[in-house]
Amino acid sequence: MKKILTREFNYSIDYQVSYGELSPFFEGLTKKKLMGTRCAACKKSYATPRLNCMECGKPCKWIELPQEGKVHTWTTCHYGSEEFLKQTPYHLVLVEFPGVSTLFQSQLKKVKEGTITIGMNIKAEFKKRPLLKASDVYFVPA
Amino acid sequence: MRQVYMISGGVTRFKKARPEKTHQGLVQEAFDQAYSDLPRLRKEHIDGSVASYFSDHFHHQLMAGIMAHDALGLVPKPSRRIEGGGATGGLCFQSAYEAIASGRMDVCVAFGFETMSRVRTWKGNEFIAMASDMNFDYPLGGFYTGYYAMMVVRHMHEFGTTPEQMAKVAIKNHGNAKHNPFAQSPKKLSVKQIRNSQMVAYPLTRLDCCVMSDGAAVAILASEKMAEKLSSNPIRITGVGSATDTMRLADRPFGDVPLLSNENKKEYKDLDYPGVHSCRAGRLAAKQAYKMAKIKDPLKDLSFVELHDAFTSSEIQTYEDLGLCKIGEGGKYIDSGNAHYGGKCPVNLSGGLIGAGHAIGASGLMQAVFAFWQLQGTIKKHFKNNKLQIKKPKRGLIHSHGGTGTYVTATVMEKP
Ligand SMILES: [Zn+2]
Repeated sequence: MKKILTREFNYSIDYQVSYGELSPFFEGLTKKKLMGTRCAACKKSYATPRLNCMECGKPCKWIELPQEGKVHTWTTCHYGSEEFLKQTPYHLVLVEFPGVSTLFQSQLKKVKEGTITIGMNIKAEFKKRPLLKASDVYFVPA
Repeated sequence: MRQVYMISGGVTRFKKARPEKTHQGLVQEAFDQAYSDLPRLRKEHIDGSVASYFSDHFHHQLMAGIMAHDALGLVPKPSRRIEGGGATGGLCFQSAYEAIASGRMDVCVAFGFETMSRVRTWKGNEFIAMASDMNFDYPLGGFYTGYYAMMVVRHMHEFGTTPEQMAKVAIKNHGNAKHNPFAQSPKKLSVKQIRNSQMVAYPLTRLDCCVMSDGAAVAILASEKMAEKLSSNPIRITGVGSATDTMRLADRPFGDVPLLSNENKKEYKDLDYPGVHSCRAGRLAAKQAYKMAKIKDPLKDLSFVELHDAFTSSEIQTYEDLGLCKIGEGGKYIDSGNAHYGGKCPVNLSGGLIGAGHAIGASGLMQAVFAFWQLQGTIKKHFKNNKLQIKKPKRGLIHSHGGTGTYVTATVMEKP
């Protein structure tokens, strides 16, 4: 067989991604607030904001969420995507808030892997210097 | 709608890297196999194609689909690209089905590929994680193994599923792959080896996860008239179903179980569904496909299933979504031996994604090809051994799944 040639190169891009109608959530993080939404018609509430109701399709209004909740499920990542390899191990959780219909995904910090349990009480903390990213909030044991 | 048949198929060997071929070279290899298997087929019989590949990033090429269609010599016939994460192959197969059923085409080539070796493994994981919400999911440490790990931790909590039961899925699928010459990861493993391999995201170890692959697959579909003309052993597609769920795992509702025809409401009265333990789209896709194929009891009516086992845990969840057992009893299903060769409804006799490999855009079509050969009774011809050929299979199901159960297809294939 003939020799197979390969070429190595780098490719990088600068983006300016808009949060558009979701901006109030990210602005909330800079003010240490968790902003979700609630359907004015059927009262279903969303821990991760949705601007139209998943059930009835009607417009939702912004609401401030509680900052304490429970672990609905969790994992500890010992590997990750290339961007996050240096953070490993890190803990992912889906958070349940009292009275809110859906969950919220976040990282759980200040805790050891073997001690995380479903149902455990946790509370939000916010980064001192927000980067306008969903990771500006994380949870810790309450 | 017209009847639709699969009349030929081909797959490349799936490997970690196939640097000796471009993506169009891989598609050509799979196509040549499908073409040479059907001596009466001529290029002029082919009306068009559908391309299946997941990520433009892996190929560093936009419009990669037309390049393969072009290389196959199918220009100027029509072609289009289908994309839906891991379910891309299943969606592509159904798109080709629709082209025939609607009467737009009489012969349609569904081809799929992915060349994932072009980037490092963890960069590849990053591309895959970009198929989660880039605003709300990805920045937290976007990693699909992590998402599936959270799903199965909840499954374990609700139903008592164990990591040892998950390990049994890996043993079965890597073991089946030993008889499949196209497979990437044939292995003889023990529960201990799987549990002791590196932890990726608790409880999923490296051996609970499928690996990335380079590879391609081709399925050729035809109308009844053309199937009769070209093939002496066509397989009929008797049921198609597909469904979706929310992009974010966090948004999944806690509602009622969509019941299959052999289930009743009472069994699930205390269960919040799907939450994050089950894949509602898989259930709804199966429900549609069963209705169309007149399947009443999937465990009895299906001779085998090829399903999307990106993780051992997802195979267990899918047993339940497809109704091979009740929701929550997926762990018991693998324990029962019914998923093994000789069981009531064997699952992933090809090795699945865990054993055969996962070249994303090719995987759903690879399943179609293996199901096709199984139903044709041509496993010996194609695998050079008869080990996992089911005796007189009647009906098989292929299940293709993307995201965290975000796009799912279920397709029933039947020996006419
Ligand atoms: Zn509503």
